[in-house]
Amino acid sequence: MKGKFLILFALAVVSAGLLAGCASEEEEQIKAAFVYVSPIGDAGWTYSHDLGRQYIEKVYGVKTAYAENVAEGGDDERVIRQFAEQGYDVIFTTSFGFMDATITVAKDFPDTIFEHCSGYKTAENVGTYFGRMYQARYLSGIVAGAMTKTNKIGYVAAVPIPEVIRGINAFALGVKKVNPDAKIYVVWTGTWYDPAKEKDAAISLIDEGCDVIAQHQDSPAAQQAAEERGVYSIGYHSDMSKFAPNAHLTAAIWNWSVIYSYIIEQVIQRTWKSEQIWWGIDKGVVGLAQFNDAVPEDVRKMVEEEKQKYLNGEVPEQYPFVGPIYDQQGKLVKAEGKVMTDEELLSMSFFVDNVVGEIPASSE
Amino acid sequence: MVDPNFIASLLASSIRAGTPLLYATLGEIITERSGVLNLGLEGIMITGAFTGFAISLATGNPWLGVLCGGIAGMLLALVHAFFSITLKANQSITGLMLVLLGLGITGFLGRNYIGEVAYYLDLIKIPVLSDLPYLGEVLFSHDPLAYLAVILAALLWFILFKTRYGLEIIAAGEKPEAADSMGVDVDRVRYISTLFGGFLVGIGGAYLSLAYAKLWTEGMTAGRGWISLALVIFSGWMPQRAIFGAYLFGGLDVLSFKLQAIGVGISYHFMKMLPYVVTILVLLVSVIRKRAAFGAPTALGTPYVRGKKE
Repeated sequence: MKGKFLILFALAVVSAGLLAGCASEEEEQIKAAFVYVSPIGDAGWTYSHDLGRQYIEKVYGVKTAYAENVAEGGDDERVIRQFAEQGYDVIFTTSFGFMDATITVAKDFPDTIFEHCSGYKTAENVGTYFGRMYQARYLSGIVAGAMTKTNKIGYVAAVPIPEVIRGINAFALGVKKVNPDAKIYVVWTGTWYDPAKEKDAAISLIDEGCDVIAQHQDSPAAQQAAEERGVYSIGYHSDMSKFAPNAHLTAAIWNWSVIYSYIIEQVIQRTWKSEQIWWGIDKGVVGLAQFNDAVPEDVRKMVEEEKQKYLNGEVPEQYPFVGPIYDQQGKLVKAEGKVMTDEELLSMSFFVDNVVGEIPASSE
Repeated sequence: MVDPNFIASLLASSIRAGTPLLYATLGEIITERSGVLNLGLEGIMITGAFTGFAISLATGNPWLGVLCGGIAGMLLALVHAFFSITLKANQSITGLMLVLLGLGITGFLGRNYIGEVAYYLDLIKIPVLSDLPYLGEVLFSHDPLAYLAVILAALLWFILFKTRYGLEIIAAGEKPEAADSMGVDVDRVRYISTLFGGFLVGIGGAYLSLAYAKLWTEGMTAGRGWISLALVIFSGWMPQRAIFGAYLFGGLDVLSFKLQAIGVGISYHFMKMLPYVVTILVLLVSVIRKRAAFGAPTALGTPYVRGKKE
């Protein structure tokens, strides 16, 4: 806790120094700011971004600052503007809801570089970046499909937006690949971070006979529920095995440092251009956490083979979203051999045929 | 074709989800019965949750954690009591201040505790009874705090309505000037009720981190303090009704998860709204039927100043 005080104190001193106009002394050092939507926490979305921040600080000697728990559509514009005014060279805004605020502030600071995570609006000085998490979800689905005995797999889902739906479908297609009889039961919590509720949701699924539990939220509560009830689980965001050493089979994880390094190198070399980055497992942005000892060799091999398909270009980046894909009503969504486009992936609003559950009505 | 297993696990989960609400509701009932409105439940609960977790981690004793969670809640309630009873300040404002204070302080101090695994309360399966089909799961396989909450509700009912001291509390909340003229020290009664109430709310928070979620995260109460405020109204300021109300409100979420798990589509938006809708309905009914048993204490939220007619 003392460390926290020191950091705050240091930040105060630094910002005071900036206000006093002493910034010119360190002109050459690149400064990067991060705007986070939630507290950094221990395992979730913002935590994974912060690992990336720490990485570029260590490896590139970039000076970084961050603001956490910034409300979307509330404080976001003010916080982003403040970082821009303080002369940060590049500002990363790491939540979809920061999109408009990022674009607005970017107009007023044409010399500052802005990078928005997971959005679709760009500008001369605004780039976007994201990872193809569904690829890792697909691989983790293979593990779940191979490990289930009841052929019922539970999925504790957060909020019905395309990203979450895409993750569920990719996971379900992974399950289907190895176990066509298994079904994925989805329970929506409507939360990103309410451990008690997420645990209840997981327990509800376990009570109905699900013996592998996957999740999308930031808290490891669903993993804990699986551990307590003696079933398996698949983590998300980062390796969550510490919360469920026996249950946790693997996790679909982020490795943002890959993208942050790429962007920072360009900023340092003054070659940065606005881009829309959407990288996958071949670049290492997404991947799987270490396997639990319970995962047998043949399953690991199967996962590795599928992973290799991405690495050697045997399958398109959109894989596993390659036809034939059927929705829950049995309607053919994508014909044999056809590949879903990125646009279709980004606006996904249906479940594939081995998912049980409904997508709550959205604002459409 | 309702499966008894489904019902049993629904009821068992409802009790688990309702227990933190029950502690907070009982605490607020005692507070409000004495005439003090404490809107700070969300802040007190989160403080109890954090303190309980931190102490349990430091000492390895979850019970000490629960106790300290209660004491932390009591300390925050003391702040509220000082402002609203001694200084006669606006009770709504100090209450709301506690919410911000509690969430802020615990978010700041709790940073290093996120991701830790503390010692938590184990389940107590009551021998023989817990082996009963269905009933065993619903009633006799909980953690000790869940049993204690029900006993506490009964005890509070007894104290409020069957003892002289309970009468004094109710008098302080209904007609403080009459209580005063009968020799009741209104401020003292209100202090004790508010502090004890804060203690219970703090325990409700500690239950969340030590028995329910078994971890600490910033803002983990996630609105349960507000739901408990609605529950006080729902239960008509009656401890015995709070038991039913808390399990019902806790069960609504669980029901939505359980229905989804068996493939029945139900919007979580709707379920999230339901506790508040039900509370409004209860308020409506109480107004229409004009039943005193459903009404708020008359002097609720009004500081008592001797000799001054409100």
